[in-house]
Amino acid sequence: MSNRTKPALQWPDAIYTQFRRVGIRQVGYVPDAGHSRLIELCVKDPNIHDVVLTTEEEGVALAAGAVLGGHRAALLIQSSGVGNCINMFSLLKNCGFPCLVLVTMRGEFAEFNPWQVAMGSITEASLKLCGFLTYRVEAPDDVDEIVGGGCDMAFNGDLLVAILLSQRLIGRKIWNK
Amino acid sequence: MLDRREFVRELLVDRNDLVVVSGLGSPTYDVAACGDHPLNFYLWGAMGGAAMIGLGLALAQPARRVLVLTGDGEALMGLGSIATIGVKRPGNLVIVVLDNQHYGETGMQPSHTRAGIDLVAVARACRFSDALYVSEIGAVGRVRDLVHNGRGPILVQARISNKPAPRVLPIRDGHAIKLRFMEALSANLA
Repeated sequence: MSNRTKPALQWPDAIYTQFRRVGIRQVGYVPDAGHSRLIELCVKDPNIHDVVLTTEEEGVALAAGAVLGGHRAALLIQSSGVGNCINMFSLLKNCGFPCLVLVTMRGEFAEFNPWQVAMGSITEASLKLCGFLTYRVEAPDDVDEIVGGGCDMAFNGDLLVAILLSQRLIGRKIWNK
Repeated sequence: MLDRREFVRELLVDRNDLVVVSGLGSPTYDVAACGDHPLNFYLWGAMGGAAMIGLGLALAQPARRVLVLTGDGEALMGLGSIATIGVKRPGNLVIVVLDNQHYGETGMQPSHTRAGIDLVAVARACRFSDALYVSEIGAVGRVRDLVHNGRGPILVQARISNKPAPRVLPIRDGHAIKLRFMEALSANLA
């Protein structure tokens, strides 16, 4: 019963559980509706340094510094933010830093704002060009497995992994209130 | 005005296990000119990212001092990161901006600091514990003391002259720079 009344609360908790499992110690993020529950969980966790960013590429450099210092890091960003990161991603590629990026998608299913579509429609291709492995999640039940697998590939393999959380998963933005 | 090589050399005297992140271009050459060190993380790109790499390191290594040594152009490209660092306020992070008011790598075009944009005021506005402007070599001892003992985050805007310095090029392979840095860090901890 409670599962049916609060389904949206489940998948961010699954991501957080994976963060705990693999020992994520730094999380860079920009404020985001889709990531709000996960951000809340990270901020409350005394083992995680939550770093609110002015722009997403700061988080890329943060993650590199974290790894240099022995921490695992994750970035929580929106699809529009991927565009802001492109040159900074070269830091990860040039040095072989692992990185886990969780991207909430805009500009796809039920998007009301056409300005989001330009970047949202090239987000995954851009990430691939920058050297990321990309995995899309459409259903809440798949989050745990896909994020868990992504964590292992990033941190055991020193790879760049981006998980795209689809707009269908997050839910359409209600903008008329 | 400061001579950049003399200032950086004096700043890194007796550095011990100080961690240094150097911004791309001349700051990387300046740090290399003091002698190679495994705890140098030389940047050859990623413009605008030096201070945030410093933040990630400072959070991961709270018992260690972290120095970001970068140029005015690089610092300006990452101006938002000054605000981000001001939110976290790591006590072990010091940023020294070698300010010649120009973009040296691209042909000496004037930077925003040339027009009077004040990085010390920016850092103060962003809740840095301390921020100061230095332009005489006599101040280097004070800056060195802040780097090793000051309560961060601290920003020092060091006004250097435009006198060109010979290029001293350190290793460029990012994987090698990263691996030897991480090895030195863990060996040093053990």
